[in-house]
Amino acid sequence: MAAAVETETETAGSGRTRSLLPYLLLAPGLIWLLVFFFVPMLTLFQTSLQEGSLQTGYTLTWRVANYTEALREFSSQYLRSFAYAGIATVAALLLGYPLAYFIAFRAGRYKNLFLLLVVMPLLVSFLVRTLAWKIILADQGVIVSALKTIGLLPQYGRVLATSSAVIAGLTYNYLPYMILPLYASLEKVDPRLVEAAQDLYAHPFTAFRKVTLPLSMPGVVAGTLLMFIPAAGDFVHAQFLGTPSQYMIGNVIESRFLVILDYPTAAALSFVLMLTILVLVLVYLRRVDVEEVL
Amino acid sequence: MTQITPERAGTPTGVAEEWVAPEPARPPAWKRLGTFAASHWLALYAGLILLYLFLPILVTILFSFNDNAGRFNFVWQGLSLKNWANACGVPGLCDAMVKSLQVAVLATIGATVLGTLIAFALVRHRFRGRGPTNLAIFLPMATPEIVMGTSLLALFLNLGMQRGFRTIVIGHIMFDISFVVVTVKARLQGHDANLEEAAMDLYADEWTTFRKITLPLAMPGIVAGALLAFALSFDDFVITNFVSGNEVTFPMFVWGAAQRGIPPQVNVMATLMFVIAVTAALLALIIQRRR
Repeated sequence: MAAAVETETETAGSGRTRSLLPYLLLAPGLIWLLVFFFVPMLTLFQTSLQEGSLQTGYTLTWRVANYTEALREFSSQYLRSFAYAGIATVAALLLGYPLAYFIAFRAGRYKNLFLLLVVMPLLVSFLVRTLAWKIILADQGVIVSALKTIGLLPQYGRVLATSSAVIAGLTYNYLPYMILPLYASLEKVDPRLVEAAQDLYAHPFTAFRKVTLPLSMPGVVAGTLLMFIPAAGDFVHAQFLGTPSQYMIGNVIESRFLVILDYPTAAALSFVLMLTILVLVLVYLRRVDVEEVL
Repeated sequence: MTQITPERAGTPTGVAEEWVAPEPARPPAWKRLGTFAASHWLALYAGLILLYLFLPILVTILFSFNDNAGRFNFVWQGLSLKNWANACGVPGLCDAMVKSLQVAVLATIGATVLGTLIAFALVRHRFRGRGPTNLAIFLPMATPEIVMGTSLLALFLNLGMQRGFRTIVIGHIMFDISFVVVTVKARLQGHDANLEEAAMDLYADEWTTFRKITLPLAMPGIVAGALLAFALSFDDFVITNFVSGNEVTFPMFVWGAAQRGIPPQVNVMATLMFVIAVTAALLALIIQRRR
């Protein structure tokens, strides 16, 4: 994704330059981002090194132990976040790829309609959508009784309040963010290349594996990032569809910041979350060499 | 990619030209179903995924008509219009809707102006520091919302700034800017800078060129960016949750109500917003097709 941002930069328009004008255009927006995006990151870091209590107030003492203590205490929630987000991302890729493929190659003139159908669920409020799963997966609901009838769920088994419910919710809510970039890159695949492969006696599946799939890798990379990043920081699904034993790091940060008011710990956890995601994204973008996959 | 269509699947290859013989006995229904599924599996799979995407939407709409007793709305108890007739009957719900609208309108105006200016600079001008600018636009989109929410909260706490309506709008403008930039930029890159040069060659000054050529051409992108900003702001929960103080927007209302049991009027509001948005999207699609 970062690479995509870089490559677009060279297409500057006309040669007319007025040295100051572009900076005047940039200034208001960039100052806004500086003051309300970049500076807050620094304050978050600063808060994470404070010491004190709610009564006495917190002061900056560069207390690094905030980090080690927070990580020791909440390591399970922390690891769980990345496990849940990872599983949900893979699930969404498996669910979304065939649909994106269908829209790109088989939907014909109904392409736009299908794309609209994919985006439409996003027009219902995010929290309301998640709560709807609470109704669907309810203990007395249709799905739970069906699962019990075919023996996939024991007599008093539940779907709600389990890891599966939380992961299923994450998969569901971020699926459109996976499908759209997948579609965008599949759409660019030239069907003649696939035909050429088949003319050369490649089995349709081989043609897919050797031609279509590698060409769609930019979409896979963008989709997994668009989904994994928000999913790893989520706290809504564990709250609505899970119990405290499904809590993710987002739930800990939320309650530390807004309920317990233990700002330094919350800030340390939030900062570590950001760094981890940044490192994961960089490693991932480096490892998945888009051209060389497969 | 050629796939076996159902007609061809049943035809023995090679004898197609003299195919006048009486139809062979139709295979049993389950077999025909199997052949159909084998050749249409992708379409079937796509249909199933779409069903999965729409299941919660259908449930949300259905439960807005639930004749529920008491505060809970988890079990279907029969059809009723009472929640629609009494849409504002829950204290605070309609106030929250109005608050969300106010926030979204202000955030949209702010972010659209700031983002459009950045997009113009990026596409139409050469300047030093393009790389860092692109990075500054990209980073907010790649940062988890919870991190942006908590860092804004840390800022407001350190400044001793009262959290409320103002801080919500500030936060929403912040995360909306990048989306506006990306949308407007895509549109501006799509059209030819020669058009502007032609106007200048015909002695239009820069301001006239901008007003008569650049702005009208960029307008669809600006409108799309503004709509996206509005939708993101209206439905934002995570950042709002950290910077809202005591202010209650629609998502904040839902979050608060979820602890006690969601009143069906929430479903009514969600359905209403969904219907308005879908109608607008369909109209846009039709207008696009007409052109």
